[in-house]
Parts: sequence; structure tokens; C-alpha cells
Amino acid sequence: MNKLWIVLTYAVFTVLLIIPLVKMTTAAFSGGLGALGDALSRPEALHAFMMTALVVVTVTLLNTLLGMMTAVYLVRGNWMSRWLRRLMNSLVDLPYAVSPVIGGLMIVLLLGPGSAAGAFFDHIGFKIVYAFPGMVIATLFVTFPLMVREVMPVLQEIGTQQEEAASTLGAYSWTTFWKVTWPSIRWAVIYGVVLTIARALGEFGAVLVVSGNIINRTQTATTLIYQDVENFNVTSANGAALVLAAFSIGLMLLMEWAKKRRGVH
Amino acid sequence: MHIEVRGLNKHFGSFHAVKDVSFDIAKGHLIGLLGPSGGGKTSVLRMLAGLEQPDAGEILFHGEPVTDLLPQERGIGFVFQNYALFKHMTVFDNIAFGLKVKKVPKAVLKERVMELVELTGLSGFEKRYPHQLSGGQRQRVAFARALAPEPQLLLLDEPFAAIDAKIRQELRSWLRELIERVGITSIFVTHDQDEAIEVADEIMIMNQGRLEQKGTPWDIYKEPKTPFVASFIGESTIIDDVSELRGFEEAGSGAGTRALIRPEYIEVGDAHEFTMPSATEEGVVHRLHFRGSEWMVEVEVGGHKLMTYRSLEKPSLTPGQHVRVLVHRAYMFNEERSWMEENRLKVDPMPVMI
Repeated sequence: MNKLWIVLTYAVFTVLLIIPLVKMTTAAFSGGLGALGDALSRPEALHAFMMTALVVVTVTLLNTLLGMMTAVYLVRGNWMSRWLRRLMNSLVDLPYAVSPVIGGLMIVLLLGPGSAAGAFFDHIGFKIVYAFPGMVIATLFVTFPLMVREVMPVLQEIGTQQEEAASTLGAYSWTTFWKVTWPSIRWAVIYGVVLTIARALGEFGAVLVVSGNIINRTQTATTLIYQDVENFNVTSANGAALVLAAFSIGLMLLMEWAKKRRGVH
Repeated sequence: MHIEVRGLNKHFGSFHAVKDVSFDIAKGHLIGLLGPSGGGKTSVLRMLAGLEQPDAGEILFHGEPVTDLLPQERGIGFVFQNYALFKHMTVFDNIAFGLKVKKVPKAVLKERVMELVELTGLSGFEKRYPHQLSGGQRQRVAFARALAPEPQLLLLDEPFAAIDAKIRQELRSWLRELIERVGITSIFVTHDQDEAIEVADEIMIMNQGRLEQKGTPWDIYKEPKTPFVASFIGESTIIDDVSELRGFEEAGSGAGTRALIRPEYIEVGDAHEFTMPSATEEGVVHRLHFRGSEWMVEVEVGGHKLMTYRSLEKPSLTPGQHVRVLVHRAYMFNEERSWMEENRLKVDPMPVMI
């Protein structure tokens, strides 16, 4: 019985992860190394990877800051009523529950050219939807809970006493944060960053809706793959997918290493 | 530092945690803030530290109001119940924290920290992390850390609560000595009356948010101002109708008046052990407990069970034995007032005139 379960686990693992990965790799190299190089160095491919990189960097920076602030306010914000904090706490999880496509659609409806806000921003020459800012907002929406949910339990666990001790010793909030709070939440923030990068890298639905998938303008790596598949350009699609997969696997290995280092410390 | 507190009030939601508390503390005194859990002791301490804002009232240090000052500006040291050591810092860095924040020059900082390490008996542990220390050592680090910036007032929240009984005893006398040597005004919160009596110069007793009494341990023991204080400090038995006891027939008139009798107010023994047998009455030994240095005797007198101690030097008693019981005095109280009542028969009814 036990053996059967082990075999079954391996089977699921192979079918779901190994086979697609192998298939993807062989397909990427099916036209030889030259074809893969050509596919990846197409101007639209290069632009798509650049867009992805820009979105990932911007979103990671913003989400780290906003996520940490939200976590601190939700755990420590005694100036907010308990009721309000509970409501906000449940709203943080909304992106988990809502499909990214719907998230993207909400952004289009709220900030698109048809809306008042969208028209206003359009008027002052700041395009949000079908442009970079919209893509950042959409990716921020889907990645938002990741940082908050990593940092909040750690803040709750360490409690307020160390911070209060620092304040009675004469340290003001900024010093207290860097010297006392930050060392405790550091690893949680690092996990949050890794998860945010991984999620932002692979985000498809929300970005597709908001970006409009315009080649050489708003196309990202994931939407490029989607378009290549649509155009039966299998080698290119697999090539781009391989690059994304390699990056994600690298990130996960980094996270494992970070976890081990934390254990040492 | 001379401390004055006037009309302090604090609510947590609908819970009135501190009710109109006022007191004065003279410079250099060690005060024990004593009371049952949830009595508002910690809230008072946190308001003194500035970690909690009072709803009403005033706190003055050296005659200057500090109610609007942040904890950083009050010049106080605070030792938390669970020490709240910075767990990612070594013992040295923990103690040095307050000095680093003040930007004390490196050489002075090192000297001051090493001095405190020495003083608290932590030499050789400077490079350890808090999780590598025992409970008693952690407490010492917390203490040294609070003292490092040379505060004028030291506040300790249940400083011995998390330490096992044996080491607690040692730490108590250690703390007492250390505070005397440093000469710093200190307030410590405790729910353990032995601890307060042993360590403090003065005790403040708090119950349900009110300050019941403030005074030296001896004064409080001798003259409790409220029934709560009387029953909280020392051991006692409460008697509903004291007039049933011999010598108190005329006392305790009035409804709702009750009497509190301490073990040391009572003597038991054979008739010949008393100089004034007329003031004693018959009792039956109910139970005996050996207390190491004396016997604790439970004696039944007219339906009341009284508790007292008896020296090991005196002839020993046995359960069921008939003895004479002398009640010297009782602490009487009702809703309006409280007073001491002496045994009236102890006054010789027929003084011999010469």
C-alpha cells in the first residue's frame, strides 16, 4: 500500500512537472541552437523580456515597501479601530480569491479610457491602461498579499515588547525599526521578495487584459509566449518559456539556500 | 527622582483599569506595587514609562509634568516581565543599545558596559546571545540594559515572575542590594506579597484599579486601612459575627460588620499557660500542620475555625484535644470604616488597689 503511494507520487510529479519541462526543453532546441538564438533575439522577444524585467523590478520594489507598511499597520496600528483592521486584513487576501483576469478587468474599468479617472489621466498625457503603469498596477494587485502574509506572522510573533524596550532606552521609531524590528523580519521580507519576483515574472491574465498585448510596446514574456503559441511558432514559444522557467527555478533554489542560512544563524 | 502622580485614570475600551490613582514617591526609594492580577499595577507602570497615555491625571518628575513626553524623553529604565531582550544582539550589544542611541563615544561606552557586566555578574557572557542564557542571566542582562543610560527612575514589571522559586530568592536580595548601591528610585510590580515585603522600602497596594494603601510593609501589616489590604497582606480568618468570641461580646454590633483575625492574634494552650485565664475560652484542636519552624494549629471555637501558630518549644498538642484559646484582638470592618478591637477581658476586671 505504502509503495503504491510512493509510486503514485512520483507518477504525478513526473506527469505534471518533469515531462512538460523535458518536452519544453527538447522543443526549444528542436531547431538547433541557432534557431533558438534567433527566436530569442527577435526584437519583439528582446522587448518583451525587457518589459517583464522592468515590471518585475518596479513591482518588487513597490510591493516590498507597501507590503511591509501594510503588515506593520495591520499588526501594530492601534490607532485604527480593531474593526477596521480586521476588514483590511481580510481584504488583503482578495487577490488570492479573485481571478487575475477579473483583477485586470477591474483596472481597465476603473482607469481605462472610458472612465472619468482614465479620461483625466489621458488628458494630462499620462496613459495608465494599455501602458506600463497599468501593467505595474495589475501585477501589484496579484502580488500584494505575498509580502503582507510573509511579514505579518513574524511581527505578531515578536510582539511589541522589544520595540517598547528600545523606546524606553531612548531610540526613536526609525532607529527602533532598523535596529530592532528589521533584523527580526529580514528573512520574512526576503521570502516575500522571492515570491513576489516569481509571481510577477509569471503573471499572465491580469497583464494580458491591462496591457492590450501590443508588440514592441506592452508585450511581456508571458504574453509573447501566448502569441507565439497562437501563431504556431512553437520553437520561439518554448524558447521563451525555457528562459522564464530557468529563472524561476534559480529563484526557488536561492530561496532554499536562504532558508538554510537562516537556520544557521 | 521625586515622583508625583495626581488623579491618574485609564480606560481600555469600557474597562476602567486605573481609577483616580494619586501618590508621591521620595527620591531613592524602592517601591513595591502589589496587588492581584488585573488590578491595574502594570497600567500604572506603563503610564509612568510613557508607553501608555492616561485618560486623565498628571505625572510629575522633579515637579515637572511629563505626561506629554515620549518614553524616549523621560529618562526611565524599564525591565519587562519577559525581559524583551533584543534576541539578535549579544549581551554586550543589548546593554550598549541605550548608549549607542545616545551616541556615547566608543571608549566611554565600552567602559560603562563592562562596568555593568561586572556589576551584574555577567563577566564572560558578553558575546553570548539571549537564547544561550538561563532565565536568571537574562533577567540580569535586562537589568543592566535598563541601567546603562543612567536613568533616574527604574520600573520593573514582575521582574521575578518568569524565574523558578529557588533562584528567585537569590535574585531578590541581589536586586535589593544592587538598587541600594546604585541609589536609583525604583518601582516594581508584583503579585507576590512576600516579595514586596522582603524587597520594598514601601508598598503600594492596588486592587480593581484603585490604590488601596501606601506605606512601609510594617505599617500596612499593623494598620491596614481597608478590608482588602487586611486580607491581602498576611494570613487571616474572617469571622462574620465576632460577638460569639469571648472578650468581644460587645464588639461588632451593627449589620455587615465582620472581623478579620490573624494567626498571630491568637494563642492556644493549656489553662496554666495563660496569665489571665478568664479571657480565654474552650476550643478543640481540629488539625495540626508542621511548618518546619512551628506548628500551624487549626482550632475550633464555638463553631468558628481559627488558625494560629504554636512554638515547637511548648508542649505539643494533639487533634481532638481540648485547649484554651485567647484571641488578643480583631480587625473589624464594615462598609464605612475599619478599626482594631482589643479583647476587653484582657483588662483586669478587678484591679487590686494598693
